[in-house]
Amino acid sequence: MSHTLAEKILQAHTDEQIIGAGQIVNCRLSLVLANDITAPLAVKSFKAMGAKGVFDRDKVALVCDHFTPNKDIASAEQVKVVREFAREMGVTHYYEGGNVGVEHALLPELGLIGPGDVIIGADSHTCTYGGLGAFATGMGSTDIAAGMALGENWFKVPPTIRVTITGQLPEYIGGKDLILALIGKIGVSGALYRALEFDGPVIDALSMEGRMTMANMAIEAGGKAGLFPVDDKTLAYCKAAGRRGDKKIAADSGATYERHVTIDVTGMAPQVACPHLPENVRPVDELGDIRIDQAVIGSCTNGRIEDMRAAAAVLKGRKAAPGVRLIILPATPKIWRQAMEEGLFEIFLDAGAVVGPPTCGPCLGGHMGILAGGERCISTTNRNFRGRMGSLDSEVYLSNPAVAAASAVAGVITNPAKL
Amino acid sequence: MLVNGKAHKVGAHIDTDAIIPARFLVTTDAKILGENCMEGLEPGWVKRVHKNDIIVADENFGCGSSREHAPIAILGAGIPVVVAKSFARIFYRNGFNMGLVLLEVGDDIDKLRDGDSFEVDTHAGHIKNLTTGEAVTCAKVPPFMQELLEAGGLVPYVKKRLAARKK
Ligand code: SF4
Repeated sequence: MSHTLAEKILQAHTDEQIIGAGQIVNCRLSLVLANDITAPLAVKSFKAMGAKGVFDRDKVALVCDHFTPNKDIASAEQVKVVREFAREMGVTHYYEGGNVGVEHALLPELGLIGPGDVIIGADSHTCTYGGLGAFATGMGSTDIAAGMALGENWFKVPPTIRVTITGQLPEYIGGKDLILALIGKIGVSGALYRALEFDGPVIDALSMEGRMTMANMAIEAGGKAGLFPVDDKTLAYCKAAGRRGDKKIAADSGATYERHVTIDVTGMAPQVACPHLPENVRPVDELGDIRIDQAVIGSCTNGRIEDMRAAAAVLKGRKAAPGVRLIILPATPKIWRQAMEEGLFEIFLDAGAVVGPPTCGPCLGGHMGILAGGERCISTTNRNFRGRMGSLDSEVYLSNPAVAAASAVAGVITNPAKL
Repeated sequence: MLVNGKAHKVGAHIDTDAIIPARFLVTTDAKILGENCMEGLEPGWVKRVHKNDIIVADENFGCGSSREHAPIAILGAGIPVVVAKSFARIFYRNGFNMGLVLLEVGDDIDKLRDGDSFEVDTHAGHIKNLTTGEAVTCAKVPPFMQELLEAGGLVPYVKKRLAARKK
């Protein structure tokens, strides 16, 4: 029987025969993760389940990234719970302080994610790993506790929407614009309960960073997973991360798709999602003069080295407009070091930016860049819900790093091609 | 389970930041989370809720983050049932795992008005509008989810399985 990418990966992790969408199957898990917000609840559930140990101490990752460096007593107490649990269980992959980064940038870089893996995480953007050809999806803390205890969990086999991206990729357009264009087209519930499977010449040419950016925002379309076929590029990335023995995976020809969406990128302008939903997407040139108070470049969506370089290319020799706070947060210590060694920080500091530590920070309105009432921010993050980054009366616009950088320079939301 | 209560209607795409904003995520206490339920939608929203009231929502309720604090906040506010046109995926799973009953009614959602009184039979999937006399039947809860609810949520379910493995 012909399988979609989602079905094929799940099939390799279950003894049941997968016959199609809607079926509920138990799958063995390759990795289970939680963060400083969701792990404390998972620990509570884990204990309540009467579990004595995790199923495999090498296959649990606990990443304290959201409020790091701990912003107050309460967040420090939460991290303490996670730290003590990690010690008690002998969890190998526990991260905080100097070795922590934003989880979905950190774990692939550490070689903990591989093609064909089935991964669950108590974080909705766990779907990022689909960029590497892993079936990865977000769940709540109690599902994660079940996964840590049993090493398996149940999945409802999702129908798949196939997304083909064709055309000639213009300058300043990357993964972020492609995924925003898709969300603008199908809406924030357009892929509800479904998997997205990407292909086409533009996807083949896209960097691993760009693929992860796209997979990351599958959830903003309501999706369960955002999957990319595994090619030479994926294998090279995994090898560089220290993995061995990974193999290519693609959907079977003749697999059943629920729907086929095609997007042609030829002549596309950078895309911006306007408040207060990621589906309010418009080409940057149609926005008019939208003054900003803050620009944030970072997060699990766009905090990788390629994003830092894209921001630096725009900021080089330029300055953020007076009154605009430009906040740049490389997503992991490795990216931070690389940006520093490439001289990007000098460009950022000359532009008047604040360069902060790897942290989720402002992305979820946690800390390090909270918005006051009436303030407006352009951000390379993934959500612009009302109040997401601070006051209920603030506004968030989502864009790629080049647009965020250009907007910081102009003081209004701007196409970098027009600087 | 039979629930009698008043409906509090909310719109479409109510996200988890609206249900419980990130600044309250420094606790896992149901009471504190409940006191701040829907604080990201409208400050003080929870003050008009009485025990056993229900939330009636449009499409994609609970979209956004995977925070289990969201269903916990709703339960903590004394609300045992959410009826919606549709639910976001992670929230749907979390709701059942926590013992919050979620009923999906599709377009019939328009028959449920803000402030009306309802009787909800969660097992049969019947919703009776006591104010208008109108009745709505919703999509049946999938058998596997029913098994979870019957076990009392995911925690007792896993407990049973762990015990069975030891034997
Ligand atoms: S960077 Fe933002 S979206 Fe990504 S994991 Fe952190 S809080 Fe979530």
